[in-house]
Amino acid sequence: MSASYALLGILGKQPSYGYDLKKDYDSYYGKEKPLAFGQVYATLSRLLRDRKVTIEQTTEQSGGPERKLYAITSLGRKDLETWLASPEKLHPNTQTVLFIKVVTSILLDKDADAYLDAQKAAHIERMRQLTVVRREGDLAQMLQADYALFHLEADLRWVDTTSARLQKLSKEIRSER
Amino acid sequence: MSDSEYIVQAKNLQKSFGATPALQGASLEVKRGEIVAIMGASGSGKSTLLHCVAGIFKPDSGEVWYDGKRLNDMSEEARTKLRRSAFGFVFQFGQLVPELTAEDNIALPLLLNKVSRHKAYATAQPWFKRLGIEGMEKHRTGEMSGGQAQRVALARALAIQPTILFADEPTGSLDSLASEQVMELLVDAAHQQGTTVVLVTHDPRIAAYADREVMVRDGKVTATNHKAKVVR
Repeated sequence: MSASYALLGILGKQPSYGYDLKKDYDSYYGKEKPLAFGQVYATLSRLLRDRKVTIEQTTEQSGGPERKLYAITSLGRKDLETWLASPEKLHPNTQTVLFIKVVTSILLDKDADAYLDAQKAAHIERMRQLTVVRREGDLAQMLQADYALFHLEADLRWVDTTSARLQKLSKEIRSER
Repeated sequence: MSDSEYIVQAKNLQKSFGATPALQGASLEVKRGEIVAIMGASGSGKSTLLHCVAGIFKPDSGEVWYDGKRLNDMSEEARTKLRRSAFGFVFQFGQLVPELTAEDNIALPLLLNKVSRHKAYATAQPWFKRLGIEGMEKHRTGEMSGGQAQRVALARALAIQPTILFADEPTGSLDSLASEQVMELLVDAAHQQGTTVVLVTHDPRIAAYADREVMVRDGKVTATNHKAKVVR
């Protein structure tokens, strides 16, 4: 979903060929995870079907397929602007899974602290990788890594708070049994 | 120098303050050149562990080995000498002498190590450029911003070229951007000098600069990330 808006956004600046779109996408967003050509063309055909982009020009290539210059339509631009103006929904899934694991540990009389420590170590390990990306990458990579780092940090604040309240939580859960 | 791959080994440390136990069997091993973060909540015992490993506190029981030498057997005088010559320290609030200039502060531990005045100030000088505080040599540290003062504290700790640097919440008083800058400088300087670093932090973003972290709870090391690789 976000890849399609990212491509639409690149086309919002100027018309582009599929190959150049992929190159631009990778340089802005995909240094760690480049977009496959297949995904670029699949996304473009979806956008064509939905009349959000159009083929502005077709050029014959000797011995190869035609080169198509894609451009954003007014419908595509309107959709892009609506998307830009809408805040993203929160994704509480990670926290839900973590909480289920804590409660399950308590229910099974397992060491919930040990689970939280292991989770914390896994989070910090990911943060360590992102910190290396931040230190070695350009500003775009640094800002993307920051985004992920702040989210991981928020998870860890929850882990610490839960860890501090584990005794109370265990008592409450056990009294409900 | 000992051949052991560990520069520091602390075994089963116990330490109480009055009736309050701070360490209850904490153990820690640190490899040469490694950057290790000690993490834990307030009151977990993480700072006490650092202070015991650094020879500032004497544990009630347990052993601390530094480079093949048992710290417990050393006299207070010998431990002080070791701390001055081989250990660097950075604390949360710098603990600089606010009335002295930045260069005086950096030169101070060198002067205490009987380095000549000329050499001490010459050693202090390149740190200003290295840490991005050129032109602040004659500024009193009490008049500097938190981030600048913490860089001076870092320079003071590293100028003696310590084998090991102990840092207790080195960015605890700084905002996130200044923290990041201080950590970048700390890690770069430690890598360049081959200095081992043991730092205490509650902040996972700071811990993420380390090669691995250990977690302390109720005076014990409860988890250590053995998987983490040294990324250079």
